Amino acid sequence: MSNVLVIAELRGNEPKKVTLELIGAATKMAQAAGGAVSTIAIGESVLGLGAKLGPYGTAKVYLAGGVSKYSTEGFINIIEKVVKQENPSVILLGATSTGKDLAPRLAARLNTGLASDCVSFELQGSNPIFIRPVFAGKAFNKVAFNAGPAIATIRPNVLPVPEPGGAAAAEINADASLGDVKADLAEVIQGESKRLDLTEADRIVSGGRGMKARENFNIIEELADSINASVGASRAAVDSGYADQSFQVGQTGKVVNPSLYIACGISGAIQHLAGMRTSKVIVAINKDPEAPIFTKADYGIIGDLFEAVPLMTAEFKKLLAE
Amino acid sequence: MNIIVLCKQVPDTETKIKLMPDGSRYDEEGIKWVLNVYDEFAVEEALKIKEAGKAAKVTVLSMGPERVIESLRTAMAMGADEAIHIWDPAMAGGDAYTIAKVISKALEGREFGIVLAGKQAVDDDCFSVPGMLAAMLGIPQVNVCSKVEVVDCKVKAYRDIEGGSKQVMDAPMPVILTATKGLNEPRYASLPGIMKAKRKPVEKLDLAKLGLGANDVGIAGSKTKIIGWFLPEERKAGRVFKEGELADRVKEVVRLLREEAKVI
Repeated sequence: MSNVLVIAELRGNEPKKVTLELIGAATKMAQAAGGAVSTIAIGESVLGLGAKLGPYGTAKVYLAGGVSKYSTEGFINIIEKVVKQENPSVILLGATSTGKDLAPRLAARLNTGLASDCVSFELQGSNPIFIRPVFAGKAFNKVAFNAGPAIATIRPNVLPVPEPGGAAAAEINADASLGDVKADLAEVIQGESKRLDLTEADRIVSGGRGMKARENFNIIEELADSINASVGASRAAVDSGYADQSFQVGQTGKVVNPSLYIACGISGAIQHLAGMRTSKVIVAINKDPEAPIFTKADYGIIGDLFEAVPLMTAEFKKLLAE
Repeated sequence: MNIIVLCKQVPDTETKIKLMPDGSRYDEEGIKWVLNVYDEFAVEEALKIKEAGKAAKVTVLSMGPERVIESLRTAMAMGADEAIHIWDPAMAGGDAYTIAKVISKALEGREFGIVLAGKQAVDDDCFSVPGMLAAMLGIPQVNVCSKVEVVDCKVKAYRDIEGGSKQVMDAPMPVILTATKGLNEPRYASLPGIMKAKRKPVEKLDLAKLGLGANDVGIAGSKTKIIGWFLPEERKAGRVFKEGELADRVKEVVRLLREEAKVI
């Protein structure tokens, strides 16, 4: 019998969407292996998570509460104890800041390997085969494991959230002692949190070199706000100081996977495409008809973005007011 | 205090990736090899810490065939003092676990306060070796650093997380830090730097020197294996609206986004 363990991520007391996506994937893997899904949640307040997560497909939730701050080593120590109890054959984490920080350390501690930033999986009998992008998505690998457990981080916003419908999960108290923690979280400097992080956003409006000045990004923000989108930027815009690094989409920025990506004044260099090529729909606004982005966009508008972007904002507002 | 910087030589990011006819790996023919961009940030940070008088020596380390020495020379041309080149044909095809193991053996018995690395290599994008190495060495890690301050035997590292937020971590040495874009502006190697680099020492480590067997490394020692490669479907151009009033064209695209693409 092979169980699958999901490492949950919380926003306050609520599970992040990626956790639900992982439980969905875990359910399919557990079914193929004749096992069950369990989840571990570590955080300040973990009350009621059995009822919140159970319906999505996890039979058990291990709760490690009263953990008020993040630490790689502490979280690994807590997770390792649950792994010893559960003995899962597969462990899933989100390919988020936390997941990508924990997974390699956990893998080495368990003397096993890691398939990171996976975008899907296949089942070969009872074994999962993970599919992950390489070369910034120019190619894909299928990864199998020689050892156990198989550990994978899965990109958020790619796999479906299962329809909730099952019973609440059984809650088990996990040992929340952090053990020896050498790297200590002294403080968190909050960034702009008005909009969803780019890696989780379903709609994104980005500005490029064509924005010409930092102040001009306000028209991008207005367009984004009209459709509840997050704001991104190309490397050229970031390097020119028009936007902060955390807004950068691309090879040396963030990889995004929205349903809608609107690129304004972005030429469409290979390295930018690397960050948004999996967008379901791409709209490009650029006054240069030769801009490479037009070869990848579903809808392209050749025109001055300083006119087109406010026009689009107005049209979206009209459309959504109907 | 010495700093070790992990370096990887990777294909240039402009490379068009082609697969071998049997689909077993990618075609290395004609590839321009460069130092991984994130490792440039790591090398630069190490040099800045040394120039601030807080480190005595910067050693760059890379695992790979002979060609990787060129990227080690690039790092030494920037200012690194010496290099370690690790290779044995048995290491070919090894996954992140084996690479971390090899590096952990290479670092055995060496004095270092900080191991710096790029957060990921832009070929395999695994983002795994530094974290695995930290666990194998039993030392703390701070990943995705956009700022690093060294005070005595401790490091204050600012870690980028979602939402533009940063976690400020205090860690004692020895510690592993990974670099992300925004940490610094890597310097270009000067001509005198390039000339000096040719004479800087490169220590060679093979299986015997590391005390490892062929079964510990490469495909034999790996915990994961790549069982297939494939290329994504090329995204095709859609429609470009260039004729007519801009306002009408914008209106049409918005209409299509709702009615055709169904994303609004």
